[in-house]
Amino acid sequence: MKRRKFDLAATPGKAAVGVDDRFQVATPLRRLLNKVFPDHWSFLLGEIALFSFVVLLLTGVFLTFFFEPAMTEVVYDGSYAPLQGTPMSAAYASSLDLSFDVRGGLVMRQMHHWAALLFMAAIVVHMLRVFFTGAFRKPRETNWIIGSLLFWVGFLAGFTGYSLPDDGLSGTGLRIASAIMLSIPVIGSWLTSSIFGGEFPGTIIISRFFIAHVLLIPGLLVALISVHLGLVFKQKHTQWPGPGRTNGNVVGERMFPRYALKQGGFFMVVFGVIALMGGLFQINPIWLFGPYEAWVVSAASQPDWYVMFLDGSTRLMPAWEINIPIGDGYVIPPLFWPTVVLPGILVGLSTMYPFLEARHLKDRKSHNLLQRPRDVPARTAVGAMAVAFYVVLTLSGANDVIADKFQISLNAMTWAGRIGLLVAPPLAYYVTYRLCLGLQQHDREVLAHGVETGIIRRLPDGRFVEVHQPLSAADGHADGHGELEYAGWVVPKKMNRLGALGPAVRGFFYPIEKPVEAPVSPGHPPVEARPEREEIGSGESRR
Amino acid sequence: MSTEHQAQQAREPLDINAPGVTRFDIVREGARRDDIEIVHYEPQVQPGTKAERRLTRVVAGMFLITGLAATAFLAIYIWWPWQYEPGRGGDKFYTPLLGLTLGVALLAVGFGILTWGKKLLPKEVSIQDRHEGAVDEDSRTVTGQTMLYMADELGVKRRPLLGISLLAGLAPVGAVVAAPLVGGLISQPHKNNQMFTTGFAAAEGGERVRLVREDGRPVRPADISSGGQLTVFPGIEHGVSNQHADSPTLLIHLRDSDAQESRRANERIGHGDYMWGNYAAYSKICTHAGCPASLFEQQTNRLLCPCHQSQFLITDNARPVFGPASRRLPQLPIEVDSEGFFVAKSDYTETVGPDFWERP
Repeated sequence: MKRRKFDLAATPGKAAVGVDDRFQVATPLRRLLNKVFPDHWSFLLGEIALFSFVVLLLTGVFLTFFFEPAMTEVVYDGSYAPLQGTPMSAAYASSLDLSFDVRGGLVMRQMHHWAALLFMAAIVVHMLRVFFTGAFRKPRETNWIIGSLLFWVGFLAGFTGYSLPDDGLSGTGLRIASAIMLSIPVIGSWLTSSIFGGEFPGTIIISRFFIAHVLLIPGLLVALISVHLGLVFKQKHTQWPGPGRTNGNVVGERMFPRYALKQGGFFMVVFGVIALMGGLFQINPIWLFGPYEAWVVSAASQPDWYVMFLDGSTRLMPAWEINIPIGDGYVIPPLFWPTVVLPGILVGLSTMYPFLEARHLKDRKSHNLLQRPRDVPARTAVGAMAVAFYVVLTLSGANDVIADKFQISLNAMTWAGRIGLLVAPPLAYYVTYRLCLGLQQHDREVLAHGVETGIIRRLPDGRFVEVHQPLSAADGHADGHGELEYAGWVVPKKMNRLGALGPAVRGFFYPIEKPVEAPVSPGHPPVEARPEREEIGSGESRR
Repeated sequence: MSTEHQAQQAREPLDINAPGVTRFDIVREGARRDDIEIVHYEPQVQPGTKAERRLTRVVAGMFLITGLAATAFLAIYIWWPWQYEPGRGGDKFYTPLLGLTLGVALLAVGFGILTWGKKLLPKEVSIQDRHEGAVDEDSRTVTGQTMLYMADELGVKRRPLLGISLLAGLAPVGAVVAAPLVGGLISQPHKNNQMFTTGFAAAEGGERVRLVREDGRPVRPADISSGGQLTVFPGIEHGVSNQHADSPTLLIHLRDSDAQESRRANERIGHGDYMWGNYAAYSKICTHAGCPASLFEQQTNRLLCPCHQSQFLITDNARPVFGPASRRLPQLPIEVDSEGFFVAKSDYTETVGPDFWERP
């Protein structure tokens, strides 16, 4: 057989044809490449969570190669001198080895922990974005519910994760968790005993948490995240209102190449920030806490930030114990309410919110355009209320540290939290509602009268008025009435947002391009108020 | 929107094999087939301009920084002294340097790609139709009828026995799946009365348990100065370990006046003989969430739990005076044996540790 010359340039084309012959992917691939995504900085928040999750998977797999999830007692003989000869669990010893005797293990451990904190933070901020812009409305209620669940599953992932090293701090957290389970009426002691395999701490909880942390919970997270992204893809992203944007279209960029390239770059940036934090900022220095011993604790024992609101609610709860005098008597301890009932209510309220709002507004339409928070004062105020509630609880989770650093009485901090929890949310509601109305009013004012130019004119009769630049070409109309409709989007409020300043000159030290002719010279007012419009500043007359 | 849609359908499809059709024309045609209109497509830099060369240099520079930083990471990883040494050795910089080089490498490649995408590629605005409003009632009906037809074919309605027996058959299968999980995990919480006893329970022979220190040595009254306190454990095997996580006890040597007050409080609740001299022993395990309530304030005789700030007044039977705890710390009745060491007269007479439903 005659040997043909190998044509390198034709290979990709041939391979592509071969693939399409077998899988018929040309059309779906084109659809994918062409899919249009709207762009706004706030749409990146969820991606930070996604990218942190990828980092968590990568670093987490590394950690499993060295971590030993066992509570067998060993005597530490690693290279960290202060703990040598100390009896401890194998889990704690192997965590120390990860930090001191595995090359680069500490940076991986710290990256894993920072990525977890970032994951939760990004979820929360992303959720706020979705809430305040109304992105959860029909048809996206399912994705809102999945998002809320992701927070709680992430919460579990975090808790099981930081319990694994079995150090002094996490062991205390585990003991509190066991007390929380114990507090559940009727089944509490059975539940705790079943999970811990007997009385606290038992010998098996670390192995059980390990398999939950590395298999069950990540599996659930992967499943939920896949559905979450799949739905975003299927339902297409929401967009802000603006020129050409309607409820029935998506205005943005096609996915390839620019959008995808930016995503890839952004992933690297998130990864890089986590690496910097993992290297430069110490987190959870377990070797300072020592192994877990039931009788040792230190002040300022705080959990990771996303657990602090529950710690805070526990601290603020008054000592209300319910005794049920039947037989030997039964007890519902005060711990039950802030740690079991409260999260239950929060899950219920947050997942049901889209339906509650739609029912309240009798709104059954699909919404693909976002709303500015100011345009929906009631929802924004409810959100502010929730944020105020959360912030008071989170701060109360650190109230001993605040009391210590600011020389405040600890009891005063607790009482401030108790009162604040009742007072701050309604106050936040009221203030936010008024702020929204004020902002709305200002938007309408600018649309009606124009942008403040900062130019003061003195009128012949001695009065001073500020010249306003109207936004619409009012003069073209026969009646000169130029009031604009509000379009649900940003109203320019400064002259440079109208292009009244010349375009920026590009280049760092010297211009790299010849600057465009500056439209006006300094000192000369950029906008000449027309004589017949000079009274617009006072907003009284338009002729 | 509807007119736009009609306009698109009325559009002449482009003949992609026609001569003179550019690649961009084909791209635009492909987009149109997906109901996407590229309405604005504008290069940000003109090919061959100074701006383009400059941006290219910037992006290339960033990629090279990545290479440098990654190489530095490898060099540090291999040659930097990394093993832990006490003191302020170079090993303390190992992790920060790894993080720094890795972070810089990733950030540089990230910003390089971002600059490439944001500055060098053409800006575009495309509009894609969502096709959401156009609900196809017909296909809903067809799918619905298909499913109903399938249900009819199965004939569950006509043959209800099938459905009932299937359910009856599958329900136990579900239970079979759950049984090993529940059965394997479930554990009787009151085995050996474990929730109501601690390590201080007297042995079967009636021998009383000594109070020992962390290192296992027994405690004499003279070991604690007035106003001082000491954490003690049951003097049994593994008494100090986490196997007896409910047993840690705080032995407090009260000052005279406080001791008298404390004794009077004891007598009020029928615990008149629980103290020995000026010494009182209370469980260290907080009755709220089980943390060790270990911060003792000598001046006020208050014991504070650092987890949730419950405060217990030792001179009033360790009654909770502030915070979320609702139950006093149980008191351990103590005395001194013939050899002069502290022993527990009996186990705690109240339940130790966090509360639960069936605590009497």
